[in-house]
Amino acid sequence: MTKLPERPVFLKSAHLLGVSDLSPLEIPKLLDLADIYVEVNRNADKRHAILSGLTQVNLFFEPSTRTQSSFEIAGKRLGADVMNMAVSTSSVSKGETLLDTAMTINAMHPDFLVVRHQASGAVELLAQKVSCAVINAGDGQHEHPTQALLDALTIRRHFGRLEGLEIAICGDVFHSRVARSNIHMLTKMGAHVRVVGPSTLLPSGIDKFGCTVFHNMKDGLAGADVVMMLRLQLERMSGTFVPSQREYYHFYGLTEEKLKYAKPKALVMHPGPMNRGVEIDSSVADGAQSVIREQVEMGVAVRMAVLDALSRKGHNA
Amino acid sequence: MKKAWLNAKFATGEGGLLIEHGRVLAIGNDVTRDSVGSLTPIVDCAGKVILPGIVDARVFTGEPGTDYRETLATASDAAAAGGVTTMIVMPNTEPAIDDAAMVDYILRRARDTAKVRVYPMGTITKGAKGELISEIGLMKSAGAVAITDGVRSVANANILRRAMMYAKDFDMLVVQHVEEPTLATGVMNNSEASTRLGLSGSHAMAEVMMLERDLRLVEMTKCKYHASQISCAESVEVMRRAKQKGLPVSCGVSIHHLVLNENDIGAYRTFFKLSPPLRSEDDRRALVAGLADGTIDIIVSGHNPQSEDTKRLPFAEAAFGATGLETLMSAALSLFHNDNISLQKLSQAMSEAPAQLLGLEGGKLKIGGAADFIAVDPNRSWLVEPSSLYSRSKNSPFEHRTLEGRVIETVVAGTVIFNYRA
Repeated sequence: MTKLPERPVFLKSAHLLGVSDLSPLEIPKLLDLADIYVEVNRNADKRHAILSGLTQVNLFFEPSTRTQSSFEIAGKRLGADVMNMAVSTSSVSKGETLLDTAMTINAMHPDFLVVRHQASGAVELLAQKVSCAVINAGDGQHEHPTQALLDALTIRRHFGRLEGLEIAICGDVFHSRVARSNIHMLTKMGAHVRVVGPSTLLPSGIDKFGCTVFHNMKDGLAGADVVMMLRLQLERMSGTFVPSQREYYHFYGLTEEKLKYAKPKALVMHPGPMNRGVEIDSSVADGAQSVIREQVEMGVAVRMAVLDALSRKGHNA
Repeated sequence: MKKAWLNAKFATGEGGLLIEHGRVLAIGNDVTRDSVGSLTPIVDCAGKVILPGIVDARVFTGEPGTDYRETLATASDAAAAGGVTTMIVMPNTEPAIDDAAMVDYILRRARDTAKVRVYPMGTITKGAKGELISEIGLMKSAGAVAITDGVRSVANANILRRAMMYAKDFDMLVVQHVEEPTLATGVMNNSEASTRLGLSGSHAMAEVMMLERDLRLVEMTKCKYHASQISCAESVEVMRRAKQKGLPVSCGVSIHHLVLNENDIGAYRTFFKLSPPLRSEDDRRALVAGLADGTIDIIVSGHNPQSEDTKRLPFAEAAFGATGLETLMSAALSLFHNDNISLQKLSQAMSEAPAQLLGLEGGKLKIGGAADFIAVDPNRSWLVEPSSLYSRSKNSPFEHRTLEGRVIETVVAGTVIFNYRA
């Protein structure tokens, strides 16, 4: 087991509920810490014992593959005991309320509760009722802070900074917690954010979040350093929010042609899972400018950094 | 090749019109027998009025799906006879014009079979069913000039709101048939007349409340909106206020609502069964006033051919709709003769305003513009007989009536496509 470098304590909050809780001073420190874990993860010996004896419970009320496994790996690499609560086979499916579930788990004295829930604000509600550190792994259409952190880390490692970058977030911003967290994160760190999509997929008042609004890819991508695509759920593109998949692809799908509007070496990002041939072409998703797989790698490092930082709050440990 | 029309009147002024290669080369007092040269073929208009060709923004055909009612070819014959040089066809066909392939189909069929210019509107919702948004962007790329569900209202406010938001991104005009469908269930205007006839009525408020709701959605979305046809006095008031507010809205009126009223139904004459229904004489007068003061932007024929099978039925069971392409100008001229509406105003509301609204070339005679025009004799009276009409369907509310004034000649892109012989 290699020795970890000095890691100062810096998180003010006992939980990570949203990017809006993080200060512009905390974010770079969290990313610095994540950089350390990127290197750790690339070593043959990835295991550390800094969370040894601590219990991490993953409570996912919504199905998730990558986020849940990413949190699980992050916890295990740091030596925590990780338990995945299978919500679909648990008492929740028998009608137990969110707060009863929380109180039940709390009685088992976990140290970290990683929660994903389909309702905006559910994670915050839960955090008020438990005595351990709560990490929001995505709540409704509200926030997904570790995704924004891993995106910021990916971008920072490529450009060496976030400040002053032109970042286009494209597609279904309306339903996206990833977009909201990223907008908070990137505007906080001094990047210029544009949102690009049909009006039906842009929430009202989004221009008040410090970003510029575009309704076509040509203008929205012009001069962008980063093109961040969002997932559009298939059921939303058959006439409710968008007329059809083919129309969406035609006007808003990221093709090699549309990518040319952005800067020549612009990064292409996607939080996954992708709808290939709908919001993004395979040739772009797998192309030279794509950092989509790198985002997944950064995800583990960022989550290790978050667990590490929260564990040293002295809140419950 | 050049050609000149001389000795003509215009809506204002007089003179001649010189064309070349389908475009206007010169217009006005300077165009005389001497000025055009002896080699240029000339037409002596003998004082007839030359006006821009009519741009009719509401025409139904049966192509594809119900060709027995009307095809693009027969509709274009009727259009030519009525002075309509551009017709905007409604998407209520079978199948509906609700995707790019159908828009393309109509444009190709029109190119191959129609004498006049034809542009389709696509639907707002798939199949005009009011449920799912159509491929507005792709239809626009294919050549659709606006979107409408035609004979139907988009009743669901959330769906219309999203369609408007989406349409605005593509700068697409949303055209709505304004009738609250759960209230407009009658077969004629709801009034003393409907009670007397024992027919179910649709109250004018069914139109007003849909219009008012839509205008709120326009405030929310800032989308360009056009009420296809308004039919009552209160709607004129509502539109007047909306325009004063500065909303990006406009409205049309059918020629039938400008010159007819509910009493014309008489003894259950189904050719007067329209949607929206013919209203009271007070409503009609308010519509004429709204046209005069510019509250109402355009006049449409609302041409809706229906076969005898669907019209020769008890009133309540008969289909809605009347043909109108061939009688549009003649009926409009009755407003000139009887209601003090100037020729200039009529022409503006039938040509320039609709062309502008839909972003089309034409609608105005100007140097370099398309040579789409008509020669009209405002005083020539003619008898409307089914046998003399070009439309495949004969459901004209003016049948057996003598109208004063008619189109004598129709020219599209410099080519004479209709010449009236009494």
